[in-house]
Amino acid sequence: MKRFIGFVQKEFYHIFRDKRSLFILFGMPIAQIMLFGFAITNEINNVDIAILDRSKDVTTQEIINKISASKYFSILQVLENGTEIAPVFEKGRVKAVLYFEKDFSKKLIAEHRAKIQIVTDATDPNMANTISNYISSIVQNYQQEQNRAIDIKYQIVPESRMIYNPELKSVYMFVPGVMTVILMLVSAMMTSISITREKEQGTMEILLVSPLKPFQVILGKVFPYIFLSIINAVVIVLLSIFVFHVPVTGSLILLGLETVLFIIVSLALGILISTIAATQQTAMMISLMGLMLPVILLSGFIFPISSMPWPLQLISHIVPAKWFIIIVKGIMLKGVGLAFLWKETLVLVGMTLFLIGLSVKKYKIRLE
Amino acid sequence: MNTIRYIVQKEFKQIFRNKGMLPIIFVLPLLQLVVLSNAATYEIKNIAFGYVDYDRSSTSRGLIDKFEASTYFNVLYAFPNASNGSSALLKGDVDIILEIPRHFERDLQKDGRNHLGVTIDAIDGAAAGVQNVYVNQIVNSFNTNIMSDLRRPSDAVSRPVVIEGIPLFWYNETLNYKTFMVPGILVLLVTMITLFLSGMNIVREKEIGTLEQINVTPIRKNHFIIGKLFPFWVIGMGLLTIGLILAKLIFNTPMIGSLTLLYFYTSIYILVILGMGLFISNFTDTQQQAMFIAWFFVVIFILMSGLFTPIESMPKWAQLLTEFNPIKYFVEVMRMVMLKGSGLVDILPQLLKTLLYALIMNGLAVWSYKKAS
Repeated sequence: MKRFIGFVQKEFYHIFRDKRSLFILFGMPIAQIMLFGFAITNEINNVDIAILDRSKDVTTQEIINKISASKYFSILQVLENGTEIAPVFEKGRVKAVLYFEKDFSKKLIAEHRAKIQIVTDATDPNMANTISNYISSIVQNYQQEQNRAIDIKYQIVPESRMIYNPELKSVYMFVPGVMTVILMLVSAMMTSISITREKEQGTMEILLVSPLKPFQVILGKVFPYIFLSIINAVVIVLLSIFVFHVPVTGSLILLGLETVLFIIVSLALGILISTIAATQQTAMMISLMGLMLPVILLSGFIFPISSMPWPLQLISHIVPAKWFIIIVKGIMLKGVGLAFLWKETLVLVGMTLFLIGLSVKKYKIRLE
Repeated sequence: MNTIRYIVQKEFKQIFRNKGMLPIIFVLPLLQLVVLSNAATYEIKNIAFGYVDYDRSSTSRGLIDKFEASTYFNVLYAFPNASNGSSALLKGDVDIILEIPRHFERDLQKDGRNHLGVTIDAIDGAAAGVQNVYVNQIVNSFNTNIMSDLRRPSDAVSRPVVIEGIPLFWYNETLNYKTFMVPGILVLLVTMITLFLSGMNIVREKEIGTLEQINVTPIRKNHFIIGKLFPFWVIGMGLLTIGLILAKLIFNTPMIGSLTLLYFYTSIYILVILGMGLFISNFTDTQQQAMFIAWFFVVIFILMSGLFTPIESMPKWAQLLTEFNPIKYFVEVMRMVMLKGSGLVDILPQLLKTLLYALIMNGLAVWSYKKAS
């Protein structure tokens, strides 16, 4: 035991001596949370649009004023004819062109009906769709104002209540995601590379012939990273509470325990990678190239899993990050306890056992 | 010139000798391109929908049928009361609960107006907003139906004005997300591979001590650097090529613009990334450190590239930061040239900034390399 403690101490020294890595290790979660919280949002805001008004009458001007008064759009350009639309889109800044037909007001008065074409640059389908919806709803509001005098009968009005995140803040969505990405990659990447490093430099064999048992060697290497990851998790949670006011409605203790569980899963994954990879470079490429995009894309961090085609939904089940994100959202935002999260927790426990079992098996083979 | 050729040869041999790395460099990224492009969609569908119907009238049934018929909402649960509904929301089994109050039909006929309770799980705020729009659309179309069904002869008929908004989706009429995501994800993969490989490479020689051996040979430093980096440039261009072929074959991604222009831009872009890799190598002592720094920047570059979330929505200071993000320019150029057919003049701003970036980055890298040795 004393030897083991000595070994762990040595590993800690190793890490703490490397100021640069340490700076990044602790700076990273802070930088990322700040960026996500303050800068990155998947709402739309200040979208540049252009106007093509063939009518130029009072009504079209009123609608244009409504649109430019909203925080969603700013009018960058006024076009004179339809041939100008394509070049404007090819330049890239303008995302939509509002095309008012000729005699807009006149038609509205005579036929009670007039058309606005909302031409969007749909290379970004999400943006195009959202812009289209927003403009339609602004136009609809205007229409309702015009119709106010008329009493429209038989209306059902849905009253929507947004729960768990009434202000629709995107930081609520991103905090669990950033936490997951950082914990997963730091844990998996660090362990995989630090064990492979010993292998590559030939020092692993020296360690293995030392009186320490192989599992103690591994545990000793992994232990400092458990510690570092926990500090990272604490920093992320503190920042989200105090800077972004994300609530923790559930139990902090449960959140802590689940986080440790997730860190262990990721570390186990790192160990498995290190048993496969012979060089640091391979280990790093596997953990970075192999984990980064799947973790970002298949975990429900940014894109909703339920909208993916079913084979991908199936694949997402084997991404530990997916389960952890459900757990974090459950505890922090919904305030649920283990009674609601036992399934996800069991999945993570199962993954840990499987990964550790697999690495132990691989590891033995290698030593024979 | 000969020296460079030999170094390039040596580097290529080293890369291709390492059988473990080959699949990681070539297969893994392309596999991800094919698989993950399907994952990146903001489209909201398959919304898990539940309802509590306290009224059980033909009107309430009719409304629920509307939701059942919609392609957006697919799983339907009927809950006997509101508290069952809330607990399903907590569990995450449903995203939306519609609550139809008692005497819904009666009140609607009496007052001509009624309210519905809609509860939406809004943790994903953007998705919740879209779901709300869908609910409103369905209820509105239901409203037009009942208006014609229930309208009594005594009701005054006055014609409301209708301003029709007709959406036209240019360049991607079917709103296909893959068209949008494939070029973007290809950019990420090319960037990550070239940055990680180059960033790790020289520091590796430093770590195992072979860099000093090279420094005492008559090889000139700039020859050495060019020789070292050239293979990664080739790998990057190769990946782009295979990726474009896959994009065409599997996703039928449009390639409207000039491929020559795309390659020309990419050839400069990769220089930026290689310069960064070299710069990182110079400032680190171990591969581990290099990897951390590379990762740190890549994550920030990816998230602030406009690939997944729009840059326009960012605050001004963040938009300013994105000016230093090479991935942003590459994503823009890819999408502009491939999907819209933008030409040289359209992408000139991006091209010039990338060129400047390449010059600065490589200048710094070479300068710091000399200093380091």
